[in-house]
Amino acid sequence: MQDLVVVRESGLYCPAGDFYIDPHRPVARALITHGHSDHARAGSQCYIAERSGLSILRHRLGDDARLQGVAYGEKLLFGETRVSFHPAGHVLGSAQIRIEHEGHVTVVSGDYKTVFDPTCVPLEVVACDTFITESTFGLPIYRFPETEKVADEILRWWELCRSNGKIATIFAYSLGKAQRILKTLSLKGEFPAPVYTHQAVEAINELYRQEGVALPQTRLLTAEHKAQTLRQEGALIIAPPGLVEGSFGRRFEGESAFLSGWMQVRGIRRRRALDRGFVVSDHADFQGLIGTIEATGARRVLVTHGSAQALVRFLQERGLEAFDLKDLYSHHEQYAGEE
Amino acid sequence: MRRFAALFESLDSSNSQEAKLKSLLEYFREGEAEDLVWAVYFLSGRKIKRVLSTTHLRSFCLSQCGHPDWLFQECYDNVGDLAETVALLLPEGDSQAPAKSLSAVVEDLQRLKNLNPTELNDCLRSYYGQMNTTEKLVFGKLLTGGFRVGVSAKLTAKALARLSGLSENIVQERLMGDFKPTAEFFQSLISEEGTAGGAAIPYPFFLAHPLHSIEEGAAALDISSCSLEWKWDGIRSQLIKRGGQVYLWSRGEELITERFPEVAMAAARLPDGTVLDGEILAFAEGDVLPFSLLQRRLGRSAGNVSKKMLAEIPCVFMAFDLLEAKGQDLRERPLIERRANLLQILTPGACGEMPSCAGALSEYLRVSTSMSASTWQQAFDLRAMSRSLKVEGLMLKDLQSVYGIGRKRGSWWKWKVDPYSIDAVLVYAQRGHGRRASLYTDYTFALWHEGRLVPVAKAYSGLNDEEIRQVDAFVKCNTLEKFGPVRTVKPALVFELAFEGIQLSSRHKSGVAVRFPRIARTRFEKSVEEADQLSTLKALAAANGDSDRSAY
Repeated sequence: MQDLVVVRESGLYCPAGDFYIDPHRPVARALITHGHSDHARAGSQCYIAERSGLSILRHRLGDDARLQGVAYGEKLLFGETRVSFHPAGHVLGSAQIRIEHEGHVTVVSGDYKTVFDPTCVPLEVVACDTFITESTFGLPIYRFPETEKVADEILRWWELCRSNGKIATIFAYSLGKAQRILKTLSLKGEFPAPVYTHQAVEAINELYRQEGVALPQTRLLTAEHKAQTLRQEGALIIAPPGLVEGSFGRRFEGESAFLSGWMQVRGIRRRRALDRGFVVSDHADFQGLIGTIEATGARRVLVTHGSAQALVRFLQERGLEAFDLKDLYSHHEQYAGEE
Repeated sequence: MRRFAALFESLDSSNSQEAKLKSLLEYFREGEAEDLVWAVYFLSGRKIKRVLSTTHLRSFCLSQCGHPDWLFQECYDNVGDLAETVALLLPEGDSQAPAKSLSAVVEDLQRLKNLNPTELNDCLRSYYGQMNTTEKLVFGKLLTGGFRVGVSAKLTAKALARLSGLSENIVQERLMGDFKPTAEFFQSLISEEGTAGGAAIPYPFFLAHPLHSIEEGAAALDISSCSLEWKWDGIRSQLIKRGGQVYLWSRGEELITERFPEVAMAAARLPDGTVLDGEILAFAEGDVLPFSLLQRRLGRSAGNVSKKMLAEIPCVFMAFDLLEAKGQDLRERPLIERRANLLQILTPGACGEMPSCAGALSEYLRVSTSMSASTWQQAFDLRAMSRSLKVEGLMLKDLQSVYGIGRKRGSWWKWKVDPYSIDAVLVYAQRGHGRRASLYTDYTFALWHEGRLVPVAKAYSGLNDEEIRQVDAFVKCNTLEKFGPVRTVKPALVFELAFEGIQLSSRHKSGVAVRFPRIARTRFEKSVEEADQLSTLKALAAANGDSDRSAY
């Protein structure tokens, strides 16, 4: 049988419904799983995405982009297919896309995680025949600690920075992880000192707040702010990882930390010239992947993004029909890519 | 053990020396001496013998987590470290359980050797079942004997010095050589009186700073007041004669006396209370033999050197400094005085100032010539003779210099000859280990021979992080074949390799062996066809005149 979703040069394509999912080139109709730049690219004629993530897409794609919002679970008709969006638990507005055609159901997972995130709707397991799953952390060495515990560690580290008179800077993706960590830390109690955010982070914070996600009070970091002042205040900065190398780090010299699932491996942690690496990921770890795949009841699993080959073999040995979807997304090959 | 693992974690998660020092101090301030001494033992780079084969640890891990072997391999390739892979794969233990002390753990490890496989696995299960990830990592390192922490022996000494109020040099000296990790040793290490019974204890080695140009040298030294000595390509060692006993220490603080019996026998004739600094060399008929021959001698287990080998590869101690005479520490005396004293001891029968075999105490104890130059040009010309004399270059030492500790900028410089270089093509790549895990950083390079590329050297170092990323991406997109962890890549990238020595060798497919190969720079602008011919390399080896005499 022909798959409902196939790989074309521009990305994942559904012939029966004539649409693409997260295309990496401009197309006529693009269904978007979430707003990260490697999934939502500019230039397509029309975008369809989950409603709560729409303002993020607008922010990323510009005012001219034609966007259409859809609620989780709402049914759409494209050609001969029925399509709906379901929570993926990755970031605000992230969705898995369910496609039904002639009694067969395919779900494209996009990026997802299975653990609690106070800033977005949790993953919903959607029963299907074919599941197209990501595999960023598709090796059993990736077993992420509870975010709660990591948050405690981060607070202890911040306290240590303050007692040593150093600014603490956290590098975290501006969409999703920055908000998640802010919210998670604030749930532990009132901040002991001011938290500053880089403008890239603050812009997304604002969009989250507009969507009704209550984030703690933060200060926007501007050119006027002096490192000396921040040091005296014992401040914490949250900035995007792209700034690790460059003048930003020198300007606010102090202790730095990186939040990522890749930080689980010591070699990778040490290669980054950062003081600390905290294991916090918006992706599922190995158990999360396997658990979700099995819970969907899918007989056929297509794997993309990351450790595809290993996960495919693992699933095959468990009796599933699994394949490596040699997708053209090559950005997840390395940890350097956006999560 | 739990405290030690926590120390490891805090040392590992900081880049600042000051923060590491603070963690060390906090650690040493509390706890029992019998545990602290083991910490000192491991932190200063000492290891205990491996009690478990890596294969056993691996199969234990597989039996616990139920994964197939290939998946373990896949994980290992991404992590680049066995103990860490095991730590990440085994389930998180109950870290609230009462933990054993570090010394108790080490004691237990010694007992593991006597257990049968079933008992051994039971024991491992109970240990791993009570540990968090860091503890599992540290434990795995102890098990496999591969313990290395991101802390230098020097920093450990510094922490102990702050703890005890002693000077750093004194602590460093007390930590030299072998020590028994007992509570008593730890007490004496930080006490005013010091460690007892140090007849075998060597002095810390004084190391030279590399010199890159005449300009740099001229700014630091007056060449006319320097001793110029050949930089021998051997094993830096300290030869001690105290209390009728001879001890030969390598710079890695390994006791190698029994591997060089001819040197040890000759040294028995030295007066008591003598300590020499020098270099062990394979040496015959007035000529240095290739380093590869010396390595064969070093490779012999202690006390197991055959007569045949002694005859084929004779070794000597080439002395260049005198650290102790008549039991007196001479390190604070100027070099010129120490050298004069050295000559007297080693060539008592010589007349005049020059060392000569005629009056030598023994042909196995030689004195490295001290030369002089009145201008930098003269020194430069001397250094140009290095290759033909089979030395690595020239040492420049201020005649008034004291014998310091460690590598200090100032009075001792090493001025190596420029390395050989050649343009070679990348043909195989493998993932790195440690901080380079998951990146392709271990490369094999080839040269042209009769229209084919023949592998000649492996190199791991020399690229910066950005270049490593570039090459890694290239490897991932241009893989032709995979053999286990090794990828054959499309021959497309040219690199300039630098290396120190070169020998004809029948053991290598290419017919040559190079020493210390590393990547000097990328030559991506060059086409593959422009890379060098194997014959060019062979010609260098032939011109160099030495060939591997081994009979393989």
